Amino acid sequence: MVGRAGRALLSRRRRELFFGVIVLALLAALPLGVHGAYLRGLIVLALLYAGLSQAWNILGGYCGQISLGHALYFGIGAYTSALLFTRVGISPLIGMFAGGLLSGLSALLVGIPCFRLSGHYYAIATIVIGMMAALLASNWDFINAAQGITIPFHGEAWQNLQFRTAVLPFHYVMLVYAALMWLIAWVIEGSRWGFHWRAVKDDVTAARSLGVSIYPSKLAAAAISGAATGIGGALYAQYVGFIDPESAFDLSLSVLIALPAVVGGIGTLWGPLLGAAVLIPVQQLSVAWFGSAAGGIDLMVYGALIMVLALSRPEGLVSFFHTRARQEVIDHG
Amino acid sequence: MSPALILQVAIGGVLMGLLYAVVAAGLTLIFGLMNVVNFAHGALLMAAMYATWLIHRSTGLDPLLQLPLVAALLFGTGVAIYRGLIARTLQIRVNGAMVQIFATFGLSIFLVGLAQLVFGSDFQSINASFLGGRTLALGAIVLPLPLIASGVVSLLVFLALFRLSRTEFGRALEATREDFEAVALIGVDRDRIFGIGWGIGAAAVGIAGVLLANFYYISPDVGTNFALIAYVAVALGGFGSILGALIAGLVIGLTEALTALVVDPSLKQIGIFLIYLAVLMFRPRGLFGKL
Repeated sequence: MVGRAGRALLSRRRRELFFGVIVLALLAALPLGVHGAYLRGLIVLALLYAGLSQAWNILGGYCGQISLGHALYFGIGAYTSALLFTRVGISPLIGMFAGGLLSGLSALLVGIPCFRLSGHYYAIATIVIGMMAALLASNWDFINAAQGITIPFHGEAWQNLQFRTAVLPFHYVMLVYAALMWLIAWVIEGSRWGFHWRAVKDDVTAARSLGVSIYPSKLAAAAISGAATGIGGALYAQYVGFIDPESAFDLSLSVLIALPAVVGGIGTLWGPLLGAAVLIPVQQLSVAWFGSAAGGIDLMVYGALIMVLALSRPEGLVSFFHTRARQEVIDHG
Repeated sequence: MSPALILQVAIGGVLMGLLYAVVAAGLTLIFGLMNVVNFAHGALLMAAMYATWLIHRSTGLDPLLQLPLVAALLFGTGVAIYRGLIARTLQIRVNGAMVQIFATFGLSIFLVGLAQLVFGSDFQSINASFLGGRTLALGAIVLPLPLIASGVVSLLVFLALFRLSRTEFGRALEATREDFEAVALIGVDRDRIFGIGWGIGAAAVGIAGVLLANFYYISPDVGTNFALIAYVAVALGGFGSILGALIAGLVIGLTEALTALVVDPSLKQIGIFLIYLAVLMFRPRGLFGKL
């Protein structure tokens, strides 16, 4: 038995999937219209962050736990895959799942003490643990400490995830990553877990009284979110060819992973992609325009943009696309 | 390692801890008052340090004499941040907590960028201050005078903060913290109280910045590390507790100094992190917190 509301929900979900396939096709065709390595590189980064931020969104958006330590999972994924590739010769296609597994496990480990906290307390705990990891990473000789790891070119091949003309193949690598993250979020939205997580986010007491076990729900969200972030980290390492503690574990990276979802619409299907499409080009272009001549303006633009968007669009850029009825539910619900 | 050296390091750690405590007090005051975490706290410290450096360079006024000036400057900045940014976030009903986090993060990034633009990324320091380079020797124990002055002033700040809680304004602050809707009914202006709370919190950071500028290098992201320590101190002391911030600051300063004796200096913060993990595991609400 599916009631009227249920049928409406089903058709909405089917519509979203249909829309998703169209956007995927458009993004796949994008390189046909965009030439030049710089612009294409910009799109590759935007796609990566769309995926990373969707991974963050699973925990931060759907489950409502604002983590500011996701660089930890990114870094673990990036380092695991890079180390397996450079030292043991294991293909990054396998390495990224090893990295994802380790990231997911560490997200569980972090979650065990941290999920006894909520709100700001939780956010601060993730910041402190993330910075602790950064400190350890830059002092750990086994992973080359602060010098980082350079990934040598092993020859153009998909199993190496290395290409002489690096940008175009990575457009599709990152597109697949972002699309899979989107699909995971889509599945979660319709699943029992998704309902549990949103219940935990909206009202912990009510969720508990309805029989949702809070702590395991948060842990499950953290594990999936962490693992998905780790895979993104591994792809980044392969794309850039170099990682060090500053590029893989820094607090600013944790913020950058969260921001597209925050700017686009936290806990929504399209928020991270929309946010990344706006934020990553603005951030990268302001670095390119102002970075060398007048260092600092790029950060000012970036910081001001965050403030303005957070204040003016607390429900995210997706709210521009909401129908009026939906908007009223958000305002008064 | 001689006992005198250990004692010297420990006293140095306690003095530094007092400074950490002042930074943490500013953070915990704002948090306790209105449940908002200021993620731009480190940037405010950095701003105060540059202000001190700039005033010293252009007028020659000694950092210690600048204390009231920079404190007033930061008080104004704090009020302005509340009026311009925080008051707006309080009106947001959807995702309010998230907006507060990212609005103050955005402010922090903006201020760091501004400092980079105006002062460049190079390290600056104040060399020719009244206390600069002088030391006090007590037998085998030698301590830098700027650090001692910083400890004394920090203690005075805490005396002032404790006294403040017994004044009329302190009671209004306490009442607003308890229930701001009820105090609005008896004619207390919430925005005024919150604004002054932000002013005092920022002024505390301002004083810490002046003291620190007297003996520490200044750079656009000097605040990051101190903010991190302040978060740990606030978590250890208990969110909202001024006394907790003082004790936690001392514990952290001492731990950091003693850790540096036994491990590589670049790892000296590991002791602080271990304390934080212990708090997280065994007493999430901190020593004096309510949670």
